[in-house]
Amino acid sequence: MSSLLVLAIVIAIGVVAFVIGRQRAAAQDTGKVKPHSRAHYHGWWAFLLAVLPAVLLLAVWDIGSSFYLDRHIHAALPERTVDSKVASEALDASLVKSLAKGLRRLDAGTPLPATFAELQPLLIAKGVALASDTQDYMIPIAVDANSVQDRLGLFGAVVTFALSVAGAFYALRQIAPRARARNNVERLMLWGLLAASTIAILTTVGIVLSMLFQTITFFESVSPMSFFFGTVWDPRFAAAGSGGSQGQFGLIPLLAGTLYIAAVALVVAVPVGLMSAVYMSEYASRSVRSVVKPALELLAGIPTIVYGIFAVVTLGPFLRDLSAALTGGSPFIQGQSIFTAGLVMGVMLIPVVSSLSDDIITAVPRAMRDGSLGLGATRSETIKRVILPAALPGIVGAILLTASRAIGETMIVVLAAGVAANLTANPFEAMTTITVKIVNQLTGDLEFNSPQTLVAFALGLTLFALTLVMNIVALYIVRKYREQYE
Amino acid sequence: MTDIPLDTMAGTVARPRRDIGLKARYAAERRFRIYGVIAISVGLAFLAIMLITIVAKGYTAFWQTTVTLPITFDEKVIDPSGKRATDSSVLIKANYPKLAENALVTKLGIDPANKPMMLKLKGFLSEGARVQLRDIVTADPSVIGTTRDVNILAAANLDSAFKGQIDLSVDEGRRKVSNQQIDWMNKLRADGVMDEHFNTGLFSYGASSRPETSGMGVAIIGSFYMMIIVLLLALPIGVAASIYLEEFAKKNRFTDLIEVNINNLAAVPSIVFGLLGLAVFINFLGMPRSAAFVGGLVLTLMTLPTIIIATRAALAAVPPSIRSAALGLGASKMQMVFQHILPLAAPGILTGTIIGLARALGETAPLLLIGMVAFVADYPATPFDPATALPVQIYLWSNEAERAFVERMSGAIIVLLIFLMAMNITAIVLRRRFERRW
Repeated sequence: MSSLLVLAIVIAIGVVAFVIGRQRAAAQDTGKVKPHSRAHYHGWWAFLLAVLPAVLLLAVWDIGSSFYLDRHIHAALPERTVDSKVASEALDASLVKSLAKGLRRLDAGTPLPATFAELQPLLIAKGVALASDTQDYMIPIAVDANSVQDRLGLFGAVVTFALSVAGAFYALRQIAPRARARNNVERLMLWGLLAASTIAILTTVGIVLSMLFQTITFFESVSPMSFFFGTVWDPRFAAAGSGGSQGQFGLIPLLAGTLYIAAVALVVAVPVGLMSAVYMSEYASRSVRSVVKPALELLAGIPTIVYGIFAVVTLGPFLRDLSAALTGGSPFIQGQSIFTAGLVMGVMLIPVVSSLSDDIITAVPRAMRDGSLGLGATRSETIKRVILPAALPGIVGAILLTASRAIGETMIVVLAAGVAANLTANPFEAMTTITVKIVNQLTGDLEFNSPQTLVAFALGLTLFALTLVMNIVALYIVRKYREQYE
Repeated sequence: MTDIPLDTMAGTVARPRRDIGLKARYAAERRFRIYGVIAISVGLAFLAIMLITIVAKGYTAFWQTTVTLPITFDEKVIDPSGKRATDSSVLIKANYPKLAENALVTKLGIDPANKPMMLKLKGFLSEGARVQLRDIVTADPSVIGTTRDVNILAAANLDSAFKGQIDLSVDEGRRKVSNQQIDWMNKLRADGVMDEHFNTGLFSYGASSRPETSGMGVAIIGSFYMMIIVLLLALPIGVAASIYLEEFAKKNRFTDLIEVNINNLAAVPSIVFGLLGLAVFINFLGMPRSAAFVGGLVLTLMTLPTIIIATRAALAAVPPSIRSAALGLGASKMQMVFQHILPLAAPGILTGTIIGLARALGETAPLLLIGMVAFVADYPATPFDPATALPVQIYLWSNEAERAFVERMSGAIIVLLIFLMAMNITAIVLRRRFERRW
């Protein structure tokens, strides 16, 4: 019996329990005793007791039985010898599993042929395509695995139903006018809320652990020294018979490209974003504000892929042709360059800077502004000498947050920055970034355990650590500053 | 320098005013203002240029050139050996392009024995004619032997030529459309047979190696699945987490940790979530690659912090008096939250959710890592089947060299931007309409 069906039946039991519970509680309310909880809380309590333990059991049972089945299949496989036709035991087992899955699609009562060659057309007629290196000896194992799975599933389903019905009965028997059903339900709800809020922590733990494990595996084949301090990025794919040469995985060129492009982006975004925030909060009239603010928000709502496409399809060729026209010959700006990528990324970051600094500028108390204006300072003097210095820590925090966005930005650089890992100081040449290489190394069909793919996780961890430090510092500064005036 | 000329003050003791450099200061003031205007114009100008170039490149993608031809479903071409009654594969494997070619030859009055002319005719109609005619015949085999008018897609190059996007002054050998083909095109146009129609294929086709038969059907379905998954997971979890943190959590180390965590997650680069999805969902839990379900999970984790932050702000904005009133009337804390605070905070939560969803819809990078860049031609029936997403489809098309793909890509960007704008405008309107100042 499939788990989904079992789940549906359990929920149906829960619904029945809810209806009965509510009715019983309502029937008991004769007006003599003041009931503690309203009738539907009794219903919910019965529902929760009928469903929650049963679902938990079902989940545990499912995971456990799939482990058991794995062990069972591995034990049933013939001893591995030198002339085994299948490359590894893991592959062997996975072939058996897909065969078992395919056999389920056959009509019941079909006589089972003994060889895979005869079986395959039957399976194909049912729309099941299997790997051709499935072996004959796997058929009985698969049949056996299916029957074991059926028995396990049936047993699990029966136990689950029993638990569900028992839970429902227990809850229904408890129903009494003074029973504290609401408190029970609310306690469970509180646990649910707590569980939801731990998901954020689980995500972070998941990010760190998953990348850490892959990175450690990566460092088993490439030394951390040559990764962190290597100046050459050349992850050659070890060709057959190349003597295990794995290429070089130097982080420096990627890091340099990342920081360079982020710096160009900040040079564009910070002055423009800051000035527009200042203008919007200090000068702009109401009507201007009501038009320009949503327009800038629109700029923030455009997905980065669109910026990337704009950079590579329109701006890059335009700059290249412009530079060619200026020198009257060969262009000095390449189609994909640090400058193009940084410029477009900078525009993408303008709304980020301006909305962050807008919040900070408006947080500066009115009294400081009025004091400065009252002493005869012009508005721009007030801004330059009073407001901006007062807002400076917050603005620094905002810039740090923006920088971390720039470092982690992917699609713009994937399209506009190029893939060649150069070390260059010329902003008009192509350079590549950490994010570009993560995408490069992980798209396409690659074997998962080669250093070529694992390096992506090492890069990801570096990126995560880099942005984490910046975010923490930025959030600390912003928060500390905000408290000053509150 | 003084502000008041001395000679107008005749009779009084001329007391020179202290030079406070007012003129320079006012000039500085004006300059500063101008910088501000320039900064805002730079942002807006860029927005305008970007939108204009994309629309200019992409609006033509919504039209597609077709040729209406009287197709004779000739039995000799479809089933030369007369076996279709017994062998069902005959109707699937038949040489359907030949039917379209024959019709075109008759229409244009070309001698079929003229080999070079016939060769030039090859690239005139889309290869998609095969599928189109096959579907007609397999749906109703009785059409064999009859003639009916069918709208057949023109090949991508002819489509571009028809829309006037190919520079005909270039030497014939260096462009993809020959003069002969242009002549035919003009002839068919004059006959009213070749015409532009609204491009429904752009919204319905899946991936294809030919521009005229590729569309974003699969991508739209994939994106739709992912948005549903994000909505179903991120909204309840996000609201539950915010309620706990805002209303129930005691101030201690643990809740502090959760808070710092959420703020950090909001600023983690999206590509890192892709790595998480690849390592945990695909490699560790063995979920299928390229599936919308995994994409939905990754985007959920990415959207959660946005929703939590917005929801907490909305909850915190509900004044304490409401809380006290509810508690005073005998509500439990849980009842107070769910029956009083949550409904009042709903508009704020909704706005945050829509903005989070819009961000998730435009996100590309994490989806590349979990394999949603696959070449998917068939509609995904469930979220567990291989699919792509709208922004990923745009990325895939941007890697193609052909002009017609660039057109389709810009068309897809327009569609994506329309979706996103609709969502963002809804959010802004909601905020304006339901924003309550207490």
